[in-house]
Amino acid sequence: MDQAIIIEKGIVIVAVFAITMLMAMYATLAERKIAAWLQDRIGPNRAGFGGILQPLADGLKLFSKEEFMPDTPNKFLFLVGPAISMSMALMTSAVIPWGDKLIVGGREVILQATDINAALLYVFAVLSVGVYGIMIGGWASNNKYSLMSAMRAASQMISYEVAMGLSVIALIMMSGTLSLKEIALQQQGMNWNVFYQPLGFIIFLVCSFAETNRTPFDLAECEAELIGGYHTEYSSMRMGFYLFAEYASMFISSAILAVLYFGAYNYPGMEWMAQNVGVNVANGIGIGVLFLKIFFFIFFYMWVRWTIPRFRYDQLMHLGWKILIPLAIVNIIITGVVILLFQ
Amino acid sequence: MSLDTVSLSGRKKEVVNNKMNFWESLYLIAIAKGLWITLGHLFTRKVTIKYPEQVRPVSPIYRGQHLLKRDEQGRENCTACGLCALSCPAEAITMKAAERKPGEEHLYREEKYAEIYEINMLRCIFCGLCEEACPKDAIYLTLSKKFVKAASDREDFIYGKDRLVMPLEMAIANTKTN
Repeated sequence: MDQAIIIEKGIVIVAVFAITMLMAMYATLAERKIAAWLQDRIGPNRAGFGGILQPLADGLKLFSKEEFMPDTPNKFLFLVGPAISMSMALMTSAVIPWGDKLIVGGREVILQATDINAALLYVFAVLSVGVYGIMIGGWASNNKYSLMSAMRAASQMISYEVAMGLSVIALIMMSGTLSLKEIALQQQGMNWNVFYQPLGFIIFLVCSFAETNRTPFDLAECEAELIGGYHTEYSSMRMGFYLFAEYASMFISSAILAVLYFGAYNYPGMEWMAQNVGVNVANGIGIGVLFLKIFFFIFFYMWVRWTIPRFRYDQLMHLGWKILIPLAIVNIIITGVVILLFQ
Repeated sequence: MSLDTVSLSGRKKEVVNNKMNFWESLYLIAIAKGLWITLGHLFTRKVTIKYPEQVRPVSPIYRGQHLLKRDEQGRENCTACGLCALSCPAEAITMKAAERKPGEEHLYREEKYAEIYEINMLRCIFCGLCEEACPKDAIYLTLSKKFVKAASDREDFIYGKDRLVMPLEMAIANTKTN
């Protein structure tokens, strides 16, 4: 029995890992394609049919580039930076419920690498360690531009984490649990959290843009002023890791948005499907629905990137500390009052 | 009517410096509008021309790669007089003349012809003065409708007669239309 659990979890973990990597890979292509379409262009279309092999070509190119090491006293930290970024981006995927369960050979396979009861805390903990990857990389580069942009990125991520955490507190008050699996189960049918927490959702969405360093909060990389941002001194696959980590964390935060606010794998008529067609079919569609929601959010990230210009640094801090945090606190108070009155 | 009230394009908007009201200061409506505009561009026709497969149509007087013309019997017009080389402001043209031998009347129209005719495309500025100078109607820039493509070697830019003389098929096609 124990062996079966190890095998089952092993398969789930490998599948989740592979899918996350694949998604991050094709997110790079999607980014370029969507950027092109929004600008009335076609985008990369030479590698494979319609550019389908472009990510492979990009990866091959990055691998074959020279690995440059700047003259820095922190050689070890220079190597560790991208590794931290990458592993932190991937670690979050462990607690996301990708589907309810599948029945394989009489066994219930739960489609989640691990269901820890403090999953939401775990997500925030891992997210805040992610700052270290950028900070260490920028510091160890021994370059003023890198250091400045790493400082910007760190201060941005730390200030938006506060508002993000506060916006989720209202959700936790409502659901009464920190487990992502239970939060997903509570949103059956069209009982999605976004309808009960619209303000919290908007705050969380804005903060997730800041956490993933996406436009309009891409101060960490603003090419115009800081050359290449914190990874100016990086080359070859080390830089690839940083870029890849950005796309992986974009995929993960889309997944978290979908799970927390958009009903995870739930869709209207799921119970009817489970009773009449079969549990496996119903949950299989559920996985597809979750991925559709994730794709929508990934598209939304890219859509916003080509619509809104970048914030200035003081505007960013103003928005974070003076607008989003008070709003999140107001949201907590409103949620508390409503819970007191109606329960 | 003073000049600053006229709107030639019909899209003129007065700039207002009023303080934003609450809803405007949230920017959410403005962001939604912006997203709507970019979404529209997602579905518009793409303007890209996929170059090697599709070629942008050029105007009838577009000066592209040079063409050494053949006459309606397929004979080369050029007599290697050298006026084109003389007129060339970039000194891109060189040639070597030769005398037509008996039995070559079907190849060259007159007794003298260009044995070697080379244009250095790195020097050429595509001004068309060679075309104007030519007394024999032999060199044209507007007929080939070809671009001079990039190459990785300087030698590749010196175009000889193999690439400059009008292909026979083109000469045959010309006689058919006449």
